[in-house]
Amino acid sequence: MADMAVHHGVADAYEPSLFGTYSKKIGMWLFLLSDSLTFGALLFAYSYNRISNPDWPTPFHKESIINATIMTGCLLSSSLTMVLAVMAARRGDRSWTRNWILATMLFGSAFVVLHGMEWTKLMGEGMWPWKNPWAATAPQFGGTFFTLTGMHMLHVTIGVIYLGVVSLRKAFLPILLVIWGIVFFATPADSFFHIAVHVLLIGLVVAAVILFLKPKDYDAHDVEIAGLYWHFVDLVWMFIFPLVYLMSTRVQG
Amino acid sequence: MHTVAAHHDEDKSQYFWVWGVLLLLTAVEVVLAYRQVFQPVQMLEALMVLSVIKSALIIGWFMHLKYEIAAMKWVMMVAVCACLCLMCVFFADAARILQLGVR
Repeated sequence: MADMAVHHGVADAYEPSLFGTYSKKIGMWLFLLSDSLTFGALLFAYSYNRISNPDWPTPFHKESIINATIMTGCLLSSSLTMVLAVMAARRGDRSWTRNWILATMLFGSAFVVLHGMEWTKLMGEGMWPWKNPWAATAPQFGGTFFTLTGMHMLHVTIGVIYLGVVSLRKAFLPILLVIWGIVFFATPADSFFHIAVHVLLIGLVVAAVILFLKPKDYDAHDVEIAGLYWHFVDLVWMFIFPLVYLMSTRVQG
Repeated sequence: MHTVAAHHDEDKSQYFWVWGVLLLLTAVEVVLAYRQVFQPVQMLEALMVLSVIKSALIIGWFMHLKYEIAAMKWVMMVAVCACLCLMCVFFADAARILQLGVR
């Protein structure tokens, strides 16, 4: 536990951090640094094809743009509630910390549901990662679009689970199981949600292992680190939204 | 949950201002795109400038990087600068293909 003051009776054995903050926070920043390069590669792959191909499809009509704009509003609002949660945690206000984190999770879940509905609509129009209606002129469209937005959606889902673990701890596990059960049994077998909901099941197993093997009372530092991850997810969407949706807007029709 | 002293003056209203500006910039992006104000390459440049401003607001205020020490800021900005530099290379090459064709 490098974050705790360790007294071994050896003067100056531990120098203060080069970066002036605690190690868990530096660790999260370094992870985000590497993750930004991953997303950068995916964004470049999509955007390079988009710019270099004059016949690139523009499947996002008014309804899709409104949907994506609401999703952007959800993520921006979730960042506000997350920063308020961090402030509450610093004050030691446990109740408001939990409330603001739950609000963040609500916005994040709304984002995932709206995005899933968008994917379902596009799949209904014949667009899949391996094929799309514009295969003759832009065969890469489906692959680059689903990889980029799917990677981001996965990050948002992991973020919601992460926040649930930090705010509710073991009480979050049965909630996750119930949500998985409802979505799995209430959606048709060929639905996107029916398949994608298994991410929650994997998250449930991972969260259970962490919570039972290393149970702890998450403190203000943990909330701040979770917040860093959540804001990063928001940050990435600030590039995906214009590059993917706004650059492929269909004005007519 | 123990308290952690904030190492800077935190005013809650500043976060609401940042949130408002982010929403406003998003609205500007949507209007630019939907009215097709620019040609694709100019549109890309305009949207990227707005996105970089939005990301700076998120990193600086929401992620509190503006309150960190200089060493932390510089290390963390390396990846962002690398992405932006690569963007200049990749996007310029993509525009070249658009104008000259693949040879």
